[in-house]
Amino acid sequence: MTLFGYRIPMMASLLVWCLAWEIVGRLDLVFLLPPFSDVLAAAVQLVQTSSWQDATVTTLRAFATGMALAITCGVPLGVLMGRVKIADDLLGMWVNIFSSAPLSALVPVLMILFGFGERTIIAAVFLFAVWIIVLDTRAGVRHVSPSLIEMARSYGATKPALYAKIILWAALPEILAGIRLGLIRGVKGVVIGQLLVAIVGYGALFETFSRNFRMAEFWALTIILFAFAMLIAELIERIEGKVEYYAGARQ
Amino acid sequence: MAVTALREKQSTVHTSLEAIVEVKGICKSYGNVEALRDIDLDFPRGKLTSLLGPSGCGKTTLLKIIAGLIGASAGSVTVDGKHVSGPGPERAFVFQDFALMPWATVLRNVAFGLELRGTGKTEREETARRYIAQVGLSGFEDKYPHELSGGMRQRVGLARALSVDAEVLLLDEPFSAVDEQNRRKFQEDLIRLRSAQNKTFIFVTHSIEEAVYISDRIVLLSPRPGRVSQVIEPDIDRSGDPDSIHRDQRYLDTVEEIWQGLKQYVE
Repeated sequence: MTLFGYRIPMMASLLVWCLAWEIVGRLDLVFLLPPFSDVLAAAVQLVQTSSWQDATVTTLRAFATGMALAITCGVPLGVLMGRVKIADDLLGMWVNIFSSAPLSALVPVLMILFGFGERTIIAAVFLFAVWIIVLDTRAGVRHVSPSLIEMARSYGATKPALYAKIILWAALPEILAGIRLGLIRGVKGVVIGQLLVAIVGYGALFETFSRNFRMAEFWALTIILFAFAMLIAELIERIEGKVEYYAGARQ
Repeated sequence: MAVTALREKQSTVHTSLEAIVEVKGICKSYGNVEALRDIDLDFPRGKLTSLLGPSGCGKTTLLKIIAGLIGASAGSVTVDGKHVSGPGPERAFVFQDFALMPWATVLRNVAFGLELRGTGKTEREETARRYIAQVGLSGFEDKYPHELSGGMRQRVGLARALSVDAEVLLLDEPFSAVDEQNRRKFQEDLIRLRSAQNKTFIFVTHSIEEAVYISDRIVLLSPRPGRVSQVIEPDIDRSGDPDSIHRDQRYLDTVEEIWQGLKQYVE
């Protein structure tokens, strides 16, 4: 972006918005919007509290558990659907429906099934992340070169060796792409789950802050969450770069 | 009729040679499409036999039936007297599109057949290195397939087939995805490799020149459905300079003879 002939760096717009926020906050126009400097101060204080640290640990644990479950279920299911036609016919429709459905609507059902606790959050992460992993794994397995499979068979590969040494490796770029998209969806799952359950982790903190009108802390927590989501996306993008290198090397 | 007579004459010649692969009454249909009809063939031990014919004559199908990769609709294949019901260690396959694992180095690709058999790492890598050297790829052991040219990739495929020490090598148009210059070089190398190894080769090709250049026997297949139309034994001396074969009168005559026979199938 250029302004009056000067080149302005990308982060400058962020500074402008922060400044605008600060001015509006100082004017005391809207009760909901404390000055940005107050929010920053609240953030610094917040990360030192044990309630924030506990909530972060809970959130990360639920996210990691849910993702681990989604990957350990999603990849084998995708392989099964990619290789066995009956499984594909039976499950294909459901996987497609779930991968595009508004899953937030199902979180209240999860609460009934799993109670108001961490298990519901884990289930939400799983539910958000698993379908895209299944779909991408299936696509990868279907595109494994038939001659590679014939090669393994002609040199006497057993069924387990065929899967472990050929099919999983040949489908790896797609499997990793599915996991990347699954991770991003999993972040959504953990946030939506916690907000709806509202007594676990960040959800409980949000509830406390908004109910007691502690707006500075409320905004501080929002910013921390956004920063975390961006960090994950950035991290995954870096891994993706390596996967793309690998995908190029397949030709 | 002349063709039938010739075929009979040829088959009497071959009963004297010991056959390692015997194909009896093989038929193959895909739904209503008849790919192969009643194929009877013997492949003599230690010889290179080409299956030659226009596209759609089922030559690759026949080779894959011998490999045990696809089942026949009728008939049987025996290798060394044993009935073929699937792939076996006495047969090794070289693929048209190389079928190399892109995530594995040349060394691991060549050793893969042995890896599947459970051979120890040091032993199989030693064997693989020996065959990599034999096909002229020394120094490329740690490269990945995408770093090699098409000709070099097929050398990897050939080294993999050689390293499992199978008696019968099945080659499915191995040079068709290789450029012309590399193909010439590769054909010369194959003649040289053959004289060093006492193996039986079954070679599928659609190139008349290639078949005559490298084969002891050429089986001509006619298309739709695939049948054996002629068996030819080009009596060419390959012990000397490989380039002189291309100028050998018998080489040129045989190419012409096959072309005259195949012409009728070409639109």
